[in-house]
Amino acid sequence: MLTIATGNKAVAAAVKEVRPEVIAAYPITPQTEIVEQIAEYVTSGELDSRYIPVESEHSAMAACIGASITGARTFTATSSHGLAYMHEMVNWAAGARLPIVMANVNRALGPGWNVWAEHTDSFQERDTGWLQVYVSTVQEAYDTALMAFRIAEHKDVLLPVMVNLDGFVLSHSMQSLETVTPGDFVPPLHLPHAIDVTNPAGYGTLTGPDEHFKFRWEIEQAMRKSVRVIADTERDFAERFGRQYGVAEEYRYEDADVVVIAMGTLGKEAEVAVDLLRNEGVKAGSLRVRWLRPFPELDLSGRDIVVIDRDYSFGFGGVLAHSLMAKSRIEPYSVIAGLGGQEVTFDDIAGFVRDRTPGSETWFGVKGNV
Amino acid sequence: MYEIRIHSRGGQGGVTAARLLALAAFRDGNYATACPFYGAERRGAPVVSYVRIDDRPIRIYSQIRNPDLVVVLDPSVMEVVDVLHGLKSGGRVLINGATTDKIRGCPAYAVDLTGIALAEKLVVAGSPILNTPVIGALAKMGIVSVDSAKKAIREMFSDERNVRAAEAAYRELVI
Repeated sequence: MLTIATGNKAVAAAVKEVRPEVIAAYPITPQTEIVEQIAEYVTSGELDSRYIPVESEHSAMAACIGASITGARTFTATSSHGLAYMHEMVNWAAGARLPIVMANVNRALGPGWNVWAEHTDSFQERDTGWLQVYVSTVQEAYDTALMAFRIAEHKDVLLPVMVNLDGFVLSHSMQSLETVTPGDFVPPLHLPHAIDVTNPAGYGTLTGPDEHFKFRWEIEQAMRKSVRVIADTERDFAERFGRQYGVAEEYRYEDADVVVIAMGTLGKEAEVAVDLLRNEGVKAGSLRVRWLRPFPELDLSGRDIVVIDRDYSFGFGGVLAHSLMAKSRIEPYSVIAGLGGQEVTFDDIAGFVRDRTPGSETWFGVKGNV
Repeated sequence: MYEIRIHSRGGQGGVTAARLLALAAFRDGNYATACPFYGAERRGAPVVSYVRIDDRPIRIYSQIRNPDLVVVLDPSVMEVVDVLHGLKSGGRVLINGATTDKIRGCPAYAVDLTGIALAEKLVVAGSPILNTPVIGALAKMGIVSVDSAKKAIREMFSDERNVRAAEAAYRELVI
């Protein structure tokens, strides 16, 4: 069905289609609309799920963990301080190999108190063993949420997946949305280590130095295998529903001399900057990185690269820029922009390209910056 | 691309007006986005919402700098906000009220949306509902079709008084 929806409502609509058995959540701006809409689906009977309105995000993830370990499909949503509060359980979900799906609406952390878009909240969870994907349109939010369940629950993965969308910019923007009937696109969940009362076992017990590293290694093996699972899932989604995104979405990339790399909505706005630059005779292209974990292997050789980070690791640098420097061996122009919802237009992005100084870092809007 | 900036105060329905307008434009067969700018949300503070309409997918998320049309749901915001800022040459202004006296240098239109809402008793928490009548006025200005305006209102609201208010605004706005 073709309709129009916000990013938040698109996520809720996708969750309704895959029918999680348990949803536990706590509201937080700008995510609240997701769990409000899901609560409405449950109240109206459109969605037959157990909805648990918990007292905190830590409890939301704990409830999802408890439900997931029985083999139930689970979902939650959060943002910023909620995700930070949940952090301990975020680690636990991945360590226990539970295919929980969570939507995180990216928002800055305080102080100063700020409810607007920034990627630092989820980037702080990047080493927990969760797969992380970042979307740029309402349609992509919907499609990716559907795919997230299948990827998380695949027998070769069995790791939680976090679907990230920019606070307000995407969560509260309305765009067209084509909903689908997924059918068997997301098959029933079979959790091989689900609790079985007829076969009692210990879960989360003390694991000594002789065993712990083996579990960590298995997480890494699953992370590596997820690359193929993501590709297969995308291919099947494209065959059934006609849309495909890739681990990174290219735009006028093939013959580009200079490439803008960004994530989320800034990656989409960058496409408009590319058109502007092409009209000026600059052979520009863009690449929107979608998956932060597993991090994509990208061949970026032979081009000038401008990386926009909507995040920062203090005493280190932009996380995306430095990840690409390490993984793709590039020397980019690193731009820190859009923190806490800072307005960044396609004109600004075109300016980053025109003024680029490879090998250096700049903070957009800060005079005399590094 | 056609770009619209809506000025209102928190609680007056400017965000919903933007969403309704985007939905109507979408029902016309166009692409549309409604991007509200969320500041520190509180009732009564000046707020801005943006609508973009195009025949191609829209990839811009940043705020509208040079609108083709400015809609002022609450004329009192003009005392604190320069609503004409960045208006394109040839751009137009639609004001909720009796007069366009305060607007100079561009085509401006006025219609009493508040009066229309009160006549239909469309009042929520003491505030007249302006977001449905304004869609009627925007249909009169040719931004969306009348059919799609009504469709959009009926998709978002079950109360038929909203459609009647939009029809009244369509009749009363003089172009």
